[in-house]
Amino acid sequence: MVTLGIPRALLFYYYYPLWRAFFTNLGVQVIVSPVTNKKILDSGLHTALDEACLPVKLFFGHVLALADRVDYLFVPRLISVEHKAYICPKFMGLPDMLRARLPHLPPIIDLPVDFHRPGPTLDDFFEAVGSIFTQDRLLIRKAFQSAHETHQQFQKLLESGLLPPEAISVFEDEEVTHRRGQDNFLKIGLLGHAYNLYDPFISMDLIGKLRKMDASVITADSLPPDLIEQRVKRLPKRLFWTLGKKMLGAALNFFENKQLDGIIYLTSFGCGPESFVGELVERWAKRRGVLPLMLLTIDEHTGEAGLVTRLEAFLEMIKRRKKNENHLSTYG
Amino acid sequence: MRITYPHMGNLYIVIRALLTSLGLELVLPPPTSNRTVELGVRYAPEFACFPLKLNLGNFLEARELGADTILMAGGVGPCRFGYYAQVQREILEDLGIKMEMVVLEPPDTNWGELKDKIRYLLGDRSWWELVKAIRFAWYKARAVDLVEERVLYLRPRVVQPLELENKYREILHRIDEAPDKRELDRIVKNFFNFSQRLPRKSGSFLRAGLVGEIFTVLEPFANYDLERRLGLLGVEVTRSIFLSGWINEHLFRGLLRVKGTKHAKKLAAPYLNSFVGGHGRETVGSTVDFARQDYDGVIQVAPFTCMPEIVAHSVLPAVTKDYGIPTLTFYLDEQSGEAGIQTRLEAFVDLMAARRERMRKENR
Repeated sequence: MVTLGIPRALLFYYYYPLWRAFFTNLGVQVIVSPVTNKKILDSGLHTALDEACLPVKLFFGHVLALADRVDYLFVPRLISVEHKAYICPKFMGLPDMLRARLPHLPPIIDLPVDFHRPGPTLDDFFEAVGSIFTQDRLLIRKAFQSAHETHQQFQKLLESGLLPPEAISVFEDEEVTHRRGQDNFLKIGLLGHAYNLYDPFISMDLIGKLRKMDASVITADSLPPDLIEQRVKRLPKRLFWTLGKKMLGAALNFFENKQLDGIIYLTSFGCGPESFVGELVERWAKRRGVLPLMLLTIDEHTGEAGLVTRLEAFLEMIKRRKKNENHLSTYG
Repeated sequence: MRITYPHMGNLYIVIRALLTSLGLELVLPPPTSNRTVELGVRYAPEFACFPLKLNLGNFLEARELGADTILMAGGVGPCRFGYYAQVQREILEDLGIKMEMVVLEPPDTNWGELKDKIRYLLGDRSWWELVKAIRFAWYKARAVDLVEERVLYLRPRVVQPLELENKYREILHRIDEAPDKRELDRIVKNFFNFSQRLPRKSGSFLRAGLVGEIFTVLEPFANYDLERRLGLLGVEVTRSIFLSGWINEHLFRGLLRVKGTKHAKKLAAPYLNSFVGGHGRETVGSTVDFARQDYDGVIQVAPFTCMPEIVAHSVLPAVTKDYGIPTLTFYLDEQSGEAGIQTRLEAFVDLMAARRERMRKENR
């Protein structure tokens, strides 16, 4: 059987169920890189450019973890996944960056996904990808349909409150270990890119830590996409980053969510779009003064002890605030 | 309405020509200085790109001189430049500074948006007056570029570098003051005549291409005066981007016959097979272009955390491998040290010289 490697990094957390359903229906065996560990991160750090951001370096590590085990690597060139918005320039050049720096990779499937302007559709993309493996048009179409259905189920699971890694494990027939607790003492709105938040190694299990500290989390992925779109429509200028829009929209929702006790924004060092989006969220949070906000910036040098200390201090502060409702500064 | 706009190299001359011929009142920010950096860095996001910080510093300094309206360009992504104005507006608002912001950019929904903004600037002047003003500004851009190109050629060659720099500054000033095209032509011709008479060194000179993000290429303050440093080290620099080329491509849709970046874009494949925003693709393509013309090396400059240039930088080793051209990348921001830059430049110049010597021997 032909094998195809999918790196457990970057947009894996949004599209893996879709991709997996498509390829397995085509009769391709999908192999995912292991959950991030130190070895994977280190191999990424050694091969990617120093100036690249942590998520891109990590992607290099995951590609290397797959390189010797698969016939193909799946690294679509994600230029734009929706009308008039991009993800980040680095996604556009990702396959080229890999080829230039890792010369002995298996063939990379890097067909472009570009929905910036009306024209090519997701259908066209999968037809092109599918025809690498089979000439059977009908099979490709069926595989795409079932992939599409899987993606919709995945979206529903997210809206029901599962976080992406939990929703993904549903499709992997694994036991779902945690469902969102409704009765934790604290409720935290968690902002940040999926590939940082849901990678337990990179985020140093931020979500698990929060839950252990008696806090439940809600992320941008738990909010209905329409609601987010509605909120960002109010911006004076349309934001042209898909993920940035998600963060801003979620933040605007969080500001008005009466049940939340605080917001934590996890960003990676040197993230381009985040340097602007985080700035806007921080300024608006301060102006509104409703919810305490903490920005956590991580990179490959971040220590766990520092993170824990800051988390504890932040949660302690909002606990006190909760007890003396409205008597404390909201500036964190 | 007292308009200000950010500095980018000698762009101020071009914009001044445009706005003053429309009868608008200007408040030019003082030349970018350490104080500009200090102001910008104090209020801008830490990981924002260097140009945003310098822009913000420019605005704050212009404000002190009485500016009340900011004229900016914009964009629609994915490079961060397209959202500069929005972030800057929020920062100014939190500082309690009220300044009108006019952002000229490709319209999001319809051309009416852009038309309204221009109309606002024009007041009761006619569109024909705007056309004339743009034409005049274009002549100034051409004059500046011709002189700059010549200076880049001359720097390693002249015996008295100081004389050249003084003349260069004087000429820029005269171009800035020139009232019409005839005077501009005279100034440029005069400078070329002067440059013929300058005593020169003999011998062959190293040639380096300069590529990268447009602001850091064009603004000597942002790139720590890299072109002049190289010139003094005996290197002739060729820029991949000139003001007039940029204006031609973005404003005139490439109608005029000026060297632009179209050619370079095509050369980026197979190393970079997609646009990546900013000048990322042009950076790769221009590097290939310089390599094919047997340049001795290519220097890339970019603001720290610049996304398109990080992609370009990532693939440059593949160009080096195929063409054997050495490249050097500088990420610039307020933390870049002058001494470090000078040292790295000197090392790179040695490398280029050694490579040229080696190739000369091999070809014998």
